[in-house]
Amino acid sequence: MQTINLAADCDQAFMDAVARESGQDLKSCYQCGNCTAGCAYSQDYDIPVHQIMRLVQLGQKERVLSCRSIWLCATCQACTTRCPNNIEVATVMDVLRHMARRAGKAPERLVKSFTDGFLASVARHGRVFEAGLAAVFALKSGKPLQDAGLGPAMLTRGKLAFLPHQPGGRGKEEVAEIFARFENRTDAAPAKKTGEDAQ
Amino acid sequence: MRIGVMVCHCGNNIAATVDVEAVAAAAREFPDVVYATDHMYACSDPGQKTLEQTIRDLKLDGVVVASCSPRMHELTFRRAVERAGLNRYMFEMANIREHVAWISLDRKRNTQKATDLVRMAVEKLRVDRPLTAKSFDVQKRVLIVGGGVAGIQAALDCADGGLDVVLVERKSSIGGIMSKLDKTFPTVDCSVCVLGPKMVDAGQNPRITLHMLSEVEEVSGYVGNFEVKVRKHTTYVDWTKCTGCGACEEKCPSRKVPDAFNENVSLTTAIGIPFPQATPKRATINAEHCLRLTKGKCGVCEKICPTGAIDYDLKDEVVTEKVGAIIAATGLNLFDHRKCGEYGAGRYPDVVTSLAYERMLSASGPTAGHIKRPSDGAEPKTVVFIACVGSRDRSLGRPYCSNFCCMYTAKQAILTRDHIPDSKAYVFYMDIRANGKGYEEFVRRAQEEYGVEYVRGRVAQVYPKDGKLIVRGTDTLLGQQVEVPADLVVLAVGVEAAKGAPELAEKLRISYDAYGFFMESHPKLRPVETNTVGVFLAGACQGPKDIPASVAQASAAAGKVLALLSKDKLESDPQIAQVATNRCIGCGKCERTCPFGAIRMRELRDGSKRAEVVETVCQGCGICSVTCPVRAIQLQHFTDSQLLAEVNALCRIWDETTES
Repeated sequence: MQTINLAADCDQAFMDAVARESGQDLKSCYQCGNCTAGCAYSQDYDIPVHQIMRLVQLGQKERVLSCRSIWLCATCQACTTRCPNNIEVATVMDVLRHMARRAGKAPERLVKSFTDGFLASVARHGRVFEAGLAAVFALKSGKPLQDAGLGPAMLTRGKLAFLPHQPGGRGKEEVAEIFARFENRTDAAPAKKTGEDAQ
Repeated sequence: MRIGVMVCHCGNNIAATVDVEAVAAAAREFPDVVYATDHMYACSDPGQKTLEQTIRDLKLDGVVVASCSPRMHELTFRRAVERAGLNRYMFEMANIREHVAWISLDRKRNTQKATDLVRMAVEKLRVDRPLTAKSFDVQKRVLIVGGGVAGIQAALDCADGGLDVVLVERKSSIGGIMSKLDKTFPTVDCSVCVLGPKMVDAGQNPRITLHMLSEVEEVSGYVGNFEVKVRKHTTYVDWTKCTGCGACEEKCPSRKVPDAFNENVSLTTAIGIPFPQATPKRATINAEHCLRLTKGKCGVCEKICPTGAIDYDLKDEVVTEKVGAIIAATGLNLFDHRKCGEYGAGRYPDVVTSLAYERMLSASGPTAGHIKRPSDGAEPKTVVFIACVGSRDRSLGRPYCSNFCCMYTAKQAILTRDHIPDSKAYVFYMDIRANGKGYEEFVRRAQEEYGVEYVRGRVAQVYPKDGKLIVRGTDTLLGQQVEVPADLVVLAVGVEAAKGAPELAEKLRISYDAYGFFMESHPKLRPVETNTVGVFLAGACQGPKDIPASVAQASAAAGKVLALLSKDKLESDPQIAQVATNRCIGCGKCERTCPFGAIRMRELRDGSKRAEVVETVCQGCGICSVTCPVRAIQLQHFTDSQLLAEVNALCRIWDETTES
């Protein structure tokens, strides 16, 4: 493992940006590990969440933004709930995912494909069209038949329709307005939890 | 009048941002000032000598020192002034350090403000009058609130020094938390064996009066002459007759009373003695569970008692104690573990607090010293300890370290391995704080000699599975989730202030922090004093503390009390309210507003009334002075004319600077 030069390799601008965009006091993390202890996806992470917090504290931008964990986080908020220092850890993970996306990094390509496809579907129909999304995702993933086995079960339970549902009333227009508002937003840095990657 | 001024550099503290020489030069132009100088350290011996010499040489009538806060050195300079033959109140202090030098870097404006403050001080000094302290008698008795190890130690030390002691304890026996412990760290000696002799001493010492099941209801008076009302809750047993034989306890039919002394791990009877070493060893009836008191039936204990001590009609009693000093030693409460739902505390019987576990380890405890799981009575083979439950946790409003949990956890882990040699013990911790004498070695012994597994990380959840409790945490050193299937989980619960601590603080007129711990007068140099003269602190009421620290502080508080009450008379502060009887209209407003009850209405021969200040009770707060509609009450050394002299000086400066 490489030696980190704590002075030279520390990206202060990155640390400030994470703190600003997440609104969290990152210095208050004392590395108790409770976020990792409660994390439901830790077994799939390349870096456990408490170490991501540590890397952010040390300004290790490259390692954080290119890790897989931030894309695998399910935003279940167990880490946020458990944190003894009131840090919204899940929000920090969310902000990091946004930053990675802006930096053109997405090591978990399928997560990005799925969210992009989901958003496109909502933009088009006013709500998600499951069958269409499934088809698009199956093609993009390069493994078109991997989830095919689920199809019949979902069909018989009425979970897959052949035509998109339309939201009632002005629903479709209202959703379109949300997208338009996001497209025409004036602030440079997108606020967290906008539709950019639909988390 | 001849006034001298000394402006202090305080090394660089003041001189770095204030031109002290310019301040001294400006002071020479002020009315009545015949001498002004600057000095590197006015408080130093040469500084004081210069001051004294100048007073004598130039026959000064008063002195102004411009330096630090009067809270630091007012007394130093008053004494110096007195040594040079002046009255100690012919002295004024201008605070140009905390109020000027430390709060701004603007040298020019700092110098101006320092000059202004000196001018105000000079103007006040011109109308100051000599004051003389009066002396008053003191009660050579001390009241100690709380009969834990700190209260007991303070009581024994005070009694040893010849004072009469009144010890007020909320429970029916003294001993506090220490009497519940099985062993103490780092020596692993029997807790009640070392505490027992002290409890016996306190119970038998003729100088010590014990008020059991009692609470302080009201405190009035002042240092040397406090008057404390103590409510003695009824025990329903005449303790002058009770011999502590325990016959009542054996026959009591109400046998399902949660045993508070055993941390509710077991059940006890409605009448009884909490533990074998209880002092005084007397029976008490728990009114909530007594069949005779709740339902009017039963009366078995009354029939069985060989000395006829039971009396269901006994009532609470309020006694008044006159004492010269008070020591607060109210100890601590433990964090309510049920707030940690993720650990199943309160839901799973095999998740217990550290103090409950301590009772399970104790030979006089509910399991006679055999560790048994509360759920099925089986001997646990895997015990997991979770540290920092309710400590260092901002989300629970407990950001502070509870000081001694690391150590008792190591002790309990060692005892577990001692009691059950084929058991495994795990400790989930964040940091090990073992900074006492022999403490670090003790924790190392737990790991190296006793094979206790220390895991660095917090625990996120405890859940039952296949008859075990799965403890899911992290090993941050590995960077991995870990879990332990446990038979018993012990939560190292943190410390909080004793129940009712803020209320007692209000009665004693002492300060307490945001968590209810009592505030010492100075964190380093006055650790056992409070801001109320005559009230002292001992033990964990001031902050989380282990036994050695509590005992040390108790002895320190006793030393302070003994020094205070070694004098036959105390001097009263002459800076108190004074009534101009010819002006007073007898409206009585001052009497009603005085927070200390220091004002009485006196009837004259013609039947009219006048206010009168009880000099020893008055604390010099000045509320009466601003309340009086005819300005008949003046606070000495802070009279209207003295304060107006300062205000006028300030206004003149304002006029001068705005005109130019």
